[in-house]
Parts: sequence; structure tokens; C-alpha cells
Amino acid sequence: MAQRIEEERSGRKQAPVIEPGHTFGSVTDQISSIVLNRPTSTGWFIGFGFFFMLTMMLLYALAYLFLKGTGIWGVNIPVGWGFAIVNFVWWIGIGHAGTLISAILLLLRQSWRNSINRFAEAMTLFAVASAGIFPLIHTGRPWLAYWLFPYPNTMRVWPQFRSPLVWDVFAVSTYFTISLLFWFIGLIPDLATLRDRSENPFAKIIYGILAMGWRGSARHWHRYETSYLLLAGLATPLVLSVHTVVSFDFAVSIVPGWHTTIFPPYFVAGAIYSGFAMVLMLAIPIRKIYNLEDFITERHLENSAKVMLATGLIVAYGYVMEAFLGWYGGSKYDAFLLWNRLHGPYAFFYIMLWVCNIIVPQVLWIRKLRTTPAALFLISGVVLVGMWLERFIIVVVSLQRDFLNSSFGMYYPTRWDWMTYIGTIGMFLAAMFLFVRILPMISIFEMRTLLPEAEVKE
Amino acid sequence: MQIFHRSTNTLSRATIFGAVFVVAAAFLVLAEVQRSPYITYEGVRKPQPVPFSHQHHVTGLGIDCRYCHTSVEQSSFAGIPPTKTCMNCHSQIWTNAALLEPVRESYRSNKSLQWTRVNQLPDYVYFNHSIHVNKGVGCNTCHGPVDQMPLMYQNASMQMEWCLECHRGAEKFVRPRDQVFNMRYQQPSTTTPVVFAGASFTDQESLGRAIVQNYKVRAVKDITNCDTCHR
Repeated sequence: MAQRIEEERSGRKQAPVIEPGHTFGSVTDQISSIVLNRPTSTGWFIGFGFFFMLTMMLLYALAYLFLKGTGIWGVNIPVGWGFAIVNFVWWIGIGHAGTLISAILLLLRQSWRNSINRFAEAMTLFAVASAGIFPLIHTGRPWLAYWLFPYPNTMRVWPQFRSPLVWDVFAVSTYFTISLLFWFIGLIPDLATLRDRSENPFAKIIYGILAMGWRGSARHWHRYETSYLLLAGLATPLVLSVHTVVSFDFAVSIVPGWHTTIFPPYFVAGAIYSGFAMVLMLAIPIRKIYNLEDFITERHLENSAKVMLATGLIVAYGYVMEAFLGWYGGSKYDAFLLWNRLHGPYAFFYIMLWVCNIIVPQVLWIRKLRTTPAALFLISGVVLVGMWLERFIIVVVSLQRDFLNSSFGMYYPTRWDWMTYIGTIGMFLAAMFLFVRILPMISIFEMRTLLPEAEVKE
Repeated sequence: MQIFHRSTNTLSRATIFGAVFVVAAAFLVLAEVQRSPYITYEGVRKPQPVPFSHQHHVTGLGIDCRYCHTSVEQSSFAGIPPTKTCMNCHSQIWTNAALLEPVRESYRSNKSLQWTRVNQLPDYVYFNHSIHVNKGVGCNTCHGPVDQMPLMYQNASMQMEWCLECHRGAEKFVRPRDQVFNMRYQQPSTTTPVVFAGASFTDQESLGRAIVQNYKVRAVKDITNCDTCHR
């Protein structure tokens, strides 16, 4: 219906959200057979093996960190926040696309979300897990990280509730919990399908436990819909609040380049921007490898590209405002920050930030590119690099030269910084490999609601 | 198609419901263990080279705390007496007691007695006896009824929550300076008023406030600052 109205308004034919010719049976067969019948390919083993090795590298870097302390990193005074915070913000931002797709688009009844929500949610979980590592390890004594939680301790002190770093703990842990529940509840009907279809008795029992006795009765569906809607309602404010709180880590301080009220909206937009870039980077190869072009159509790619374009423009507005206020605001420290970004030792990265996040994505105005998977894949990669650079510029360049000339300094990441960062990418992708292998990466029952068969007849 | 028996429903409900209590109980047990003498050594009598009785020396003989713990009013450390202090009396009395042989041996060989420390704070805590004594904190406020201890034991948990109890409300504990070493001191009541600065007080609340003001005990926000104790 909505599609028809949109097509009439724009006067051009849009790609469907599911290719014509499918039936309930064919949708279930195609998606569940990826998990149940398709033999595990050599390519999967190679890919998983490679990223698993990177995960092991992460563990090695972390073990050495726990042994030696944060001195093995490049952080020092004046740049006390280096890669750990850059990567934390980057990862947590990437997670936001999943929640936006699953919660907000659900409430807005955007039916095209049905084919990408499952793996976008999985991506959210793994991204938040990767993000969660960094604040934990950057505390220096991670075995005491439970001190961040308010519990009745023998010291009779509470965490400093006025500190945004404590808000962070609550924001991120709430986010992870809600995302996990949302993902799992959405999986239950599909897990029951896998339980019923799998022939391997071991798999049957595992899927059976996870399906929690789902029978597909009307009462089950009623409860399912209610809880799913409730969780969507709970998750919706999180899309905005989590990255707002993350931006408070910076905005509440007085460092030039951090102390600015534009941070919350511009961080949230940036989060969704990078999140959709990651969704595209994952969806494009997956639909190709598993022949899912019928389900993840050009429509999905184009819509994601449009979201990227819109959020990218909000981010651009943020950059322009930062630069404008540096010049117009009258604070010599802010003016110096702008100068330092443009002419300082990290100027190359600042220019690259504009190129990656603002200039290159403007090609998405061209419809042809929005529907070309290869081009979208490349642009998404550029955006992910750009969003990483943004956090690097915010964290490092602001701290590197703030108020006192005598305490100016430089930040150089060490090999341990890089190993940790690349290691989390490995962990994230290894988890994605496992996910597509053992769980239905597209929601079977939600796809079936998109079919003509599902339309209720009077 | 169900692959589990229907009794699994009850089992899974019990698991989910029970998990809440199991987790809550685990936290409760942890909190209790952390505060128990097993961790804190509160009330534990540690073995000593000589079974020295504070009860006998303080209550029985009436020796003042400062006779042995000489530096308590001027120093962070109250001071452990040298063997010479023991021998002031024990060269005259109980000179042949077998229990005191380690003391005499120490005196002869000029080697200190190796007492086992009872009240121990961690190294990252800066603690000063003199400031507490001079602001009106009685010995037994922290050390307990030492005059009734045949063998010395630690009276309090020595955990930070215990320190903060007083640092967040010193007026509930302080007493006049001349009563600091009085082990039988009692907080004021209508039957046992306490005289301080020329006035008679019948309740701890007003006495405490007067002492805090008169002795210039620092504000709560100062004495609960992290770096007051963790320097």
C-alpha cells in the first residue's frame, strides 16, 4: 500500500521488498536451508578461520595489557584518551543502525525492514560487545571494573553519579540488554521452524531449547506481538539516548572541541550514518554469497543509502557548525582548535575526514549509484573510515593541544593499540560468520507477512 | 512439534524464577563474607609471643594507655613499647615467671619482642593517631573495651564503611579531650552529665556539636575527601 502511494507520488517504479513469485514455503525453504541443508563451504571456513585468528590476536593483546598495564599503549599526558575511546565510540555508533531498523522502523511500519532487521540486530549485538571491551580495558585495572556499578560495598561509596562516565555504564549495559532481548525474542518463532526442520538430533535439541516450546498457537503469537512491540517501544528512545550519553563524555568537559551543545544530535546522526554503512558492507556480500537477492533487493540497498545520505548531511551540518563557531564564537581556544585541525600535525586526517564523510557520500544523490552494490560497498567503506577518523579527530586533536602551550604533545598509537582495534574487527566478523552459519539471518516469519498470501481476505 | 516432555515447562519456569533468587542469594553471601571476621579479622585473637593481658594491666593495675603507647598524642603511630618499659616493673615483680621468659630474653639479648600486629590498616591509607586523639576521639571508640581484653583483638572491621561512619558524623562519637584515655567514659545522659567548656551536657548530640565547634573539627566535606586518607 505504502509502496503504491510512494510510486504514484514519485512517478517511478520502485524495486519490491521481496521479488515476486515467492510463497510461504519457498521463503521458509530458502532461508532455513542456508542453515540446515547447505554444506559449510570452504570459503566460510577460510573466512571464519582468518577472523578467528584476529580474535586470538585480540586476546593476546589484552593478555599483555593486563600483564603490563596501559603503558603499552600510546596514551600519555596530554592525550590520555587514545584508541580505546576512539574505538569505543566508533563501535557503539555502528550498533545504532540495528536498533533503528528493528525498533523505529517497526513502529513506523516500514515493511522493508523485515529482511534486514535480523542481521542488523546481530550486528548491533556484536558491535556493542566489541565496544564494551574498550571502556573496560581502558580503566587500567579491569578486574576492578565492577566498581563502576552502584552496589552496597564495604567502602560505603557510590560511583560519582554526576560523571557522564557512569551514565555511560548504564546507557551501554541497558542498550546491550535490550538489544539482546529484542534479537532473541524475534528469533523464537524462527528457532521453532529450525527445530522442526532440522534432521540432526543435536541441532534439534539446541534449537528446541532456544525455541522455548514455541507452538505457533494464536495465544503465542498474541504474546509475541505484544512483547515485541513493547520492546520496540523501549528500544526506540535508546537509539537517541545511548549516543547522546556517549557524546556527554565529551560535551560535559571543558576541553575546546568537546565542550559544545551540538554534540548529542550530531553524534546520534553520525552513529546511524556509520551503522547503515556497516549494514550495507555486510548485506552486499551476504546477499551475493547466499543468493538472497530476492529478499534483500535493490530497494533495501537504496533505502539504506538514502538514510546514509540524510544522516551524512546532519553530520556535515555538525562539522560546518563546529568550524563556523570556531571562527565566529570569539573564544581564542576554539579558534586555535580550528587552526590546529586545519594546519596542525593531524591536518591530513581532518581533511580526509571531510573527504570521507562529506564529499564522497554526495555521489549517493545519483540513483544509479544507490542501486549499484559494488559502488555502495565502496562508499560504505569510505564512510566507516571517515567516521573512525571523526572520533580520532575529536578525541586526539582536542586533547593534544588545549590550553597550555607547555603541555602540548603528540599521540602515536603503538602496535598494541592497532592489534586491539583490528582484533575487535576480527571478533566482530568472526561472530557474524558464526551467526550466518547457525541462525536464520533473515526473519522467516516476518518475510512471509510480506507475501501476497499473507493479505487477509474478507 | 515438541521434542521435550511437557514437564520441561515447569522446569524452565522454575529455572528462570529460581535464578533470580540464586543470584540475589549469591550477592548476599558475598556481601556477608566480605564483612565477616574471616576477611576482616574482627574479634580474632592472634597468637602473641607473650600472652599480654591489657585487662590485667589497665583495669587491674590502673596503668594509663600512654605509659606504653607514648607517641599517641604527637605521632601518627601510637608506639609499641620497648622491652625496657616492661622491665621497669618486671625486673622487680614476677622476675621468675616462666610466661615472662621471652621478655627477659629480649632484655638480655637486646632483641625486640616480635609482637603480632592486631590493628592493621592497608598501606594506601594514611592514618594519624595524634589528630584523632586531639580532636576528642576516645581510645575505645575505635579499639573497643581494651581494658576488658585478656588477649588483644581487633574491635572493628577496619573497612572503609566503618571509618566513614565517624567521618560523616563525628559529633556522634567525640568526647572532651580529658576523657580520651578514660576507658570507662560514658556518653552523656540525664543521670551522667558531661561537663565541657564550663557547661554541662546531658545528651551526645549537643555535646558533640559543641566539641566539633570548639575543637575545630573540619567539615564533613573536608574529612570525607578522598585525599584526606588516600594521599
